[in-house]
Amino acid sequence: MAGQAAHGEHEDHPTGWRRYVYSTNHKDIGTMYLIFAIVAGIVGGALSVGMRMELQEPGMQIFSNPHTFNVFTTAHGLIMIFFMVMPAMIGGYGNWFVPLMIGAPDMAFPRMNNISFWLLPSAFALLILSLFFEGPAGNYGVGGGWTVYAPLSTSGQPGPAMDFAILALHIAGASSILGAINFITTILNMRAPGMTLHKMPLFVWSVLVTAFLLLLSLPVLAGGITMLLTDRNFGTSFFDPAGGGDPILFQHLFWFFGHPEVYILILPGFGIVSQVISTFSRKPVFGYLGMAYAMVAIGVVGFVVWAHHMYTVGLDVDTQAYFVAATMVIAVPTGVKIFSWIATMWGGSLEFRAPMLFAIGFIFLFTLGGVTGVVLSNAGVDRSYHDTYYVVAHFHYVLSLGAVFAIFSAWYYWFPKMFGYMYSETIAKVHFWMMFIGVNMLFMPMHFLGRAGMPRRYVDYPEAFAGWNMVASYGSYLSAFSVFIFLGCVAHAFAKKEKASANPWGEGANTLEWTLSSPPPFHQFSDLPRIEEDASH
Amino acid sequence: MRSLNKITAVMAGVAAFFTSTAAWAVAGRPTDWQINFQDAVTPVMEDIISFDNYLLWIITAVSVFVLILLLVVMLKFNARANPVPSKTTHHVGIEVAWTIIPVLILVAIAIPSFRLLYLQRTIPEADMTIKAIGYQWYWGYEYSDLEDVAFESVMLTKEEVKAKGLPSSVYLLETDTEIVVPVNKTIRLQVTAEDVIHAWTIPSFGVKIDAVPGRLNEAWFKATEVGTYYGQCSELCGINHAFMPIRVRVVTQDEFDAWTVWAKDEYASIETSVKFADADTVKAAVAR
Repeated sequence: MAGQAAHGEHEDHPTGWRRYVYSTNHKDIGTMYLIFAIVAGIVGGALSVGMRMELQEPGMQIFSNPHTFNVFTTAHGLIMIFFMVMPAMIGGYGNWFVPLMIGAPDMAFPRMNNISFWLLPSAFALLILSLFFEGPAGNYGVGGGWTVYAPLSTSGQPGPAMDFAILALHIAGASSILGAINFITTILNMRAPGMTLHKMPLFVWSVLVTAFLLLLSLPVLAGGITMLLTDRNFGTSFFDPAGGGDPILFQHLFWFFGHPEVYILILPGFGIVSQVISTFSRKPVFGYLGMAYAMVAIGVVGFVVWAHHMYTVGLDVDTQAYFVAATMVIAVPTGVKIFSWIATMWGGSLEFRAPMLFAIGFIFLFTLGGVTGVVLSNAGVDRSYHDTYYVVAHFHYVLSLGAVFAIFSAWYYWFPKMFGYMYSETIAKVHFWMMFIGVNMLFMPMHFLGRAGMPRRYVDYPEAFAGWNMVASYGSYLSAFSVFIFLGCVAHAFAKKEKASANPWGEGANTLEWTLSSPPPFHQFSDLPRIEEDASH
Repeated sequence: MRSLNKITAVMAGVAAFFTSTAAWAVAGRPTDWQINFQDAVTPVMEDIISFDNYLLWIITAVSVFVLILLLVVMLKFNARANPVPSKTTHHVGIEVAWTIIPVLILVAIAIPSFRLLYLQRTIPEADMTIKAIGYQWYWGYEYSDLEDVAFESVMLTKEEVKAKGLPSSVYLLETDTEIVVPVNKTIRLQVTAEDVIHAWTIPSFGVKIDAVPGRLNEAWFKATEVGTYYGQCSELCGINHAFMPIRVRVVTQDEFDAWTVWAKDEYASIETSVKFADADTVKAAVAR
């Protein structure tokens, strides 16, 4: 350790604003990603609370213009996906812990890492700017949904707001592609001696698979929205039937990206949950290879199921049948993961620290979201569920309760490592329980609303839907309040400055990051660690 | 064994709660605190509901199974109850089991699923064809088999609902005109849109089909009970997406024949079909 610290002194260690703006250090960049994700998450969360306030009762209360409501749903979706979950999981935890876990000194391309991050605030700024430009005539912002289906995103929103949103997606996409290249290169080339692929921690596996999904799917989105851009501004008609185009083509392009995207959002969560469950069970992960290759399988099959988002567009019945079958296949590797987590805990010595609570919560709630996914995969019943609140409930169970729970699990798990301070277990547990109750109260009733036939993206609804909407809105306020507890927990930890040891979690935490001090030195592993033959995952 | 009975009882209770043809659900419109589908009035929707109930049993069983495993793990293998963790990380038998059993469950789901899908999407020979056209933000209808019967269907405002003496619960569902179809007849629906994508649906019919500009989509239904059935636009179509509902009235053949006579007179006199043509001409002119 001492040798390493002395070694660090004559290395470049910029201070002040240069340390962050010019940063090429994976840990500083990871921290910036996390701060960015928290800020974006608060903005996106505030938008959703606005929507729930409107929907608490029938009638139009806080949005005098329904378009503003559409702008809120659109911005909420885009912000949460591109500026909260992805930066937190891949940019934040991925940057921080992939190099540490594989025993690398930094990412493969540190300067590219810097530009990956700084593209993101620019993209976010463009998206925020879009709110203040005209979309449809006389209205401000993009109200086309995060899916930006043509022609609502072309002739339906002639103003510049849509162009700003498209450019925001372009830049966010470029940021992610650069990040993906960086992760793939780092993981394939910079593992410490002895760290074979089959010894990599599952979080690193999850980031590797995610990076490939990003690399292969984002260019398709970029192509699709570029075609939107030229349809809008340069007189092409890719998606305009009047010029020989087809609106359905856009949906194919969008979902060819969009479906892998939902796995991009959840796969790093799978990795996080594997680390946390193993640590707090004091047991190695059960069926490690099965777990790793289940993620690979989910990634591969995730590319050939996209049209299950399009069962009602008038696809040929045989095409629909294919997508039903392909989609169901994904349930198998997902089931392997769920059962392997439970088997990891089976026979273990479980400690219910806050990260573990979030991980167990993840397993159960992700299962609920997963089984409603199996229901929706059947084109026959999706006929009734498509575009209703049932779908909203489904994807919030896997994302808002799945991905976000994984993010919080990772936050508490790695907080001592990243910042060197212990958080308050009590406050963190209050955060967990309040959020657990809040999000279930928020999203469970949406299943009922969907079954009763309430379409999504509605600013106002018939009186009969009032009951469950009211419950959902109260759940949303409780969830929002739990975010303040989370922020309070962070502030409390930094105020109290209770020093964390190198490994606060004990023998269960056996990945490489726990061999370093908390926080780790500015540059680590100048002498590469050697992974022993028997030091398994 | 007793605990197993208990588990079965809990599962049955949960599933029964969801699958009971709740007294709360009715056909054609949602009701307060409804948790189930609206009641079926077509053979397709009946099949959707029974298949969905079947799925609900399966997913409830899976969820409860996972929940029970988690509870057992938390009670039996917490640090206090089990201070020394085991080192087991592999068990081929169980890993094969949790791969094969889900596959079998999925096959059991897929077979009825395909049957339902092909029933829905194989358009039978129709007794009548109706064309629905989505506009921002109302629906236009044309009866292809009846000359001069074409009209638009616009949502009633709150004041109009009140003025007509209708209950406030139909606000956002009620329209000025409606599709009228005879009971027990197979109706083919052709759906398209003029401006952006909309989606035509009546939950009680088990029909939902996107109205896409430049594309003629097909769907069908055969309503078996007379009554009024509502639906709402189901694809985000802009500012007034929430305000373009759909209303279908199913009547006896005699009533339908009478309506036909009335409609030919009523809708011919306002020359709606000419209005459509005008809209096209205007659009073409703008495009030029």
